Amino acid sequence: MSEVGLKEIEKDIPAESVSSPKAGFLSRIPWGRVGMPAVLVILCVVFGTINPNFWSVMNMTNVSRQISILALISIGQTFAILSAGIDLSVGSLLALVSVVTAQQMLHFGMWGGIAAGILAGALAGLVNGLLIAKAKLPAFITTLAMLIAARGIALTLSGGLPIVDLPEQFMFFGAGKIGPIPVPAVIAIVAFILAHIILTRTRFGRYVYAMGSNEEAAVLSGVSVVRNKTLVYVISGTLAGIAGVVLTSRVISGQPTLGDGQEVYAIAAVVLGGGKMSGGVGGMWQTLMGVIVLGVLANGLNLIEVSSYVQNIVIGVIIVLAVYVDLARERRR
Amino acid sequence: MSVEAVTPFVEMRGIVKQFPGVLALRGVNLDVRPAEVHVLLGENGAGKSTLIKVLSGVYAPNAGEILFEGKPVHIRGPHDAQALGVSTIYQEFNLVPEMSVAENIFLGREPRFSHGFGLLDRGKLMVQAREVLSKFDIKVAPDTIVKRLGVAQQQMVEIAKALSLNARVIIMDEPTAVLTAREIDHLFKMIQDFKQRGISIIYISHRLEEVKRIGDRATVLRDGAVVGTVPVAGTPIDEVIRMMVGRDLKDKFPKTSVEPGEEILRVENLERKGILHNISFRLRRGEILGVAGLVGSKRTEMARAIFGVDKIDSGKIFVDGQLKNMKSTAHAIRSRVALVPEDRKRQGILPCMSVKENITLSMLKKFARIGILDLGKERKSAQGHANSMRIATPNLDRWVMYLSGGNQQKAVIAKWLGTEAEVFLFDEPTRGIDVGAKVEVYQLMGELVKRGAAILMISSELPEILGMSDRVLVMHEGRLAGEFTREEATQEKILSCALGSTSEQQIETGVQA
Repeated sequence: MSEVGLKEIEKDIPAESVSSPKAGFLSRIPWGRVGMPAVLVILCVVFGTINPNFWSVMNMTNVSRQISILALISIGQTFAILSAGIDLSVGSLLALVSVVTAQQMLHFGMWGGIAAGILAGALAGLVNGLLIAKAKLPAFITTLAMLIAARGIALTLSGGLPIVDLPEQFMFFGAGKIGPIPVPAVIAIVAFILAHIILTRTRFGRYVYAMGSNEEAAVLSGVSVVRNKTLVYVISGTLAGIAGVVLTSRVISGQPTLGDGQEVYAIAAVVLGGGKMSGGVGGMWQTLMGVIVLGVLANGLNLIEVSSYVQNIVIGVIIVLAVYVDLARERRR
Repeated sequence: MSVEAVTPFVEMRGIVKQFPGVLALRGVNLDVRPAEVHVLLGENGAGKSTLIKVLSGVYAPNAGEILFEGKPVHIRGPHDAQALGVSTIYQEFNLVPEMSVAENIFLGREPRFSHGFGLLDRGKLMVQAREVLSKFDIKVAPDTIVKRLGVAQQQMVEIAKALSLNARVIIMDEPTAVLTAREIDHLFKMIQDFKQRGISIIYISHRLEEVKRIGDRATVLRDGAVVGTVPVAGTPIDEVIRMMVGRDLKDKFPKTSVEPGEEILRVENLERKGILHNISFRLRRGEILGVAGLVGSKRTEMARAIFGVDKIDSGKIFVDGQLKNMKSTAHAIRSRVALVPEDRKRQGILPCMSVKENITLSMLKKFARIGILDLGKERKSAQGHANSMRIATPNLDRWVMYLSGGNQQKAVIAKWLGTEAEVFLFDEPTRGIDVGAKVEVYQLMGELVKRGAAILMISSELPEILGMSDRVLVMHEGRLAGEFTREEATQEKILSCALGSTSEQQIETGVQA
């Protein structure tokens, strides 16, 4: 028996009483999850070296504008995946919201249109939520059906045609700026902060993790799964509503073909950040990292003139690598 | 340890295994002789599971060496261990429920046609499976789908799988935890048969009576180190317990008697179609009401009905004289009822949430100010409950899945200490936890009733029922079959009551073709 080796190892064990009740700021950072920020830094350095324009204020502004839509729907996706569910419908909901927003705006003015759009998203989310939580249908199937149906509704309502002649001041939400920051980015940042607070500082947030970690135990602990799960999908739908409004403003028309495939990128963002499809693991900070990495990748590959076909290959490979590294680290525990 | 003439078949020397923040094994030595039943004893968290996972190749040790028949070997993964003849039967079986017995036994090693382009030879598969099963007298049909089998039979399939791999050491992790008395007899007969064929068994159990029955030698672990290896025959049980807990356990059942107060729970004519029939009883403050019965007597279902998990068809539940037919678990908790479920892993813990979050889940309301949780206050409260339950964890932020079974159970119980609960439904509260933790759970029960709470304790361990209950209810096929005071109750009376009239059929849950 190696006495020496044993002593060394014992030193590393934290004494039980010194468990830090008031952890400092530095120790709150999930150091186990610095992988993504590191990847981000590397990407930025590589892109910035090949094309110095990458670092220009204009490009940074562009990136933040481009990723805002993805950021908003990824927030909702985070709630869904944390609760051991999934929301596939968000891509089509963007189109549905866009059509509803534009149509109602022509009747009831800008604010009426915006309200109608967000409400449409929330309602679709409510339908998802009730079917999943109350009728106990699988989330995958329910939101897949909504993905198909919402696109159909958008096409039906619009007759397949874009809706134009929206008021000019509506452009503010997609193209405007508050100080140096684009409005969509401001909206996304506010949403992220709110979502982070909800997830970490409210009972509902805790229940989302609990449902994802062990639904049966959550029920036996008094968590109302029906109410809380429904709320998860209402939140996801509402965020798709907000994202849909911003997107409509950017193209300044109602488009029934918007958002195709966006749900896939939202899921990718959550997973890249380290979220688990089986639920209970992940968070807003991690999702934000995933969103930024995807955004910077797309932008950087553009700047260094990689074709958009090849871009998708790169993104696919990076998702697999990220999850692989994550799992490999976990297995070593 | 003295040098014996017998060369050990397996020898582990100075095994060290460290996990982040925990030193699980601190230089453990273990030697297993050919054809012996070597029992591993120790409280939860003592390092038994880690040790067998090192031997079976699941964990790589940080230091130490493993010898087979005197020769050092390098086990890099479960495959290496299997090739050396080590097979492990875990508490949770590694079976594919949708596949047949034969397919499970030969999973990954299916016989193929010799010139069949890799096509599987189903006929040969069945023949080979039948061979293995009959050689060891395992009465399970090879073409049965595994999920249709009872737990005992599934265990037999696991054993058959191990045997078909030419196992020379079979590790069994609490094999009897889920078996009936008769099934246990069958298993033990089989183990004797293995010994005769020269197979060694490493046997983990919390049931000390079993150790006496089948063990040859026992190694006791505590805090990741070996306390000693002793011959089972010459060592009294008290001595073994002392080695395990490191102190004298004067009383296995520290019963505190409290003068019963007012009635706090009354159940009248509880009915759930096909499951619960006409159940009525009362529970008074300060009382521990034991509920005995065979597996399948619907005791758990009764607790779930009271707690609002399953809907009832008719009947009334009163808490403190007020009618409270629970519409949901949240309603039950508001009505000051708590449930500690029987299956810790599936129903009790939230594995990838922290110890703190597990403890506070049912009392979050207390920490909310205008909807926002006061995390500092939450942590303080969780720390208090963790301390009072003596939960051993490096810190409150550790995922509960990394704690030992006993500490997980303490966390599940701690969840209710900060709620208003006064009626505690404990369903098998000490199942699968070690002697020391058991006593702590009993002590906690004592404190609860002293405070005026009432406890309904479902248990399949008769000594526990007799040791802790003020009154005993016996259930049989969804009905109350009898009631005894503490003075009246004996093992025989409870058992014959639990068996009912159709006793034979009840016990015979074991082997059938």
